[in-house]
Amino acid sequence: MDYFSWCIIVAGFGMAVGAVGPSLGQGLAVKSALEAVARNPGASGKILTTMMIGLAMVESVAIYVFVVAMIILFANPFTEHVLTLLAK
Amino acid sequence: MNHPFLILEWLAKQLPLGMSPEQLDRYGYFGHVTGVWMVMLLLIGVGLLTRRRLGETPGALQNAAELIVEELERLMDATMGPKGRKYFPLIATLALFILVSNLISLIPGFAPPTANINTNAALALTVFAMTHIIGVREHGLSYLKHFTGPIWWLAPIMLPIELIGHLSRPLSLSLRLFGNMYGHEVVLMIFFALMPMLVPIPMIVLGILVALIQSFVFTLLSMIYIAGALEETH
Repeated sequence: MDYFSWCIIVAGFGMAVGAVGPSLGQGLAVKSALEAVARNPGASGKILTTMMIGLAMVESVAIYVFVVAMIILFANPFTEHVLTLLAK
Repeated sequence: MNHPFLILEWLAKQLPLGMSPEQLDRYGYFGHVTGVWMVMLLLIGVGLLTRRRLGETPGALQNAAELIVEELERLMDATMGPKGRKYFPLIATLALFILVSNLISLIPGFAPPTANINTNAALALTVFAMTHIIGVREHGLSYLKHFTGPIWWLAPIMLPIELIGHLSRPLSLSLRLFGNMYGHEVVLMIFFALMPMLVPIPMIVLGILVALIQSFVFTLLSMIYIAGALEETH
């Protein structure tokens, strides 16, 4: 059972570490976009559209981490192997 | 994450579809496939209804349809240029389909088909194949120049990089949509388990935003990929 507690720990810790970078990046992107809109409110539509694409691109890194965490938790390919080893 | 009650699952168990309940339990009932078919029927039905009521004085349906088509065309002209008009059906289908399948989870008893990796992989692979088909049709053999970079002696370095870049597109497209929609489902489930009243509502509002943005991003990225295949090498 030690294996499964490690799975949970790794999933949670990986999500925590993986969320740091994208959130910093998204914060920087929104900061620059807001500054640009404040300087030139006329271009706000174009800036916001580009920012949304950029944010989604940055966010996909966090999404990969989430997918990996979900695979570790719910669809772990080694679960059966470990269970057969445990049953021995 | 399982929904407590899904209308399509209930229907699949009620109707004699050639599968016994044991088989349904064993193989699953393929909620994403039935969901996709339902969204398709919904879109086709609304489209046919709109076409039948087409007239000089637009009704409510025609007004809405014209608004959607005009906005999409404006966006396409801004991102793809005049050459992109040919591919309007593909892009508009993707946009409407993903938007409706994302938003269908707002109706109680429905799960979004896009919260399953298979649906998104199908959509992303369609876009992936279409970009290359369009590229080959537009440029012929010189489409290969897209992969070899600007200078000929850099080609051995550029080719693997470009190949990996192109192959990662369907992966990132499908995983982004899947992760967002599935993550939203998981968050909703956890909040619902913590407290079934009022607490999930802010998450649902956030989910509407996520659904809109993700369908927009998917459409825009497909447009950018197709525009990249259309443009001349430099």
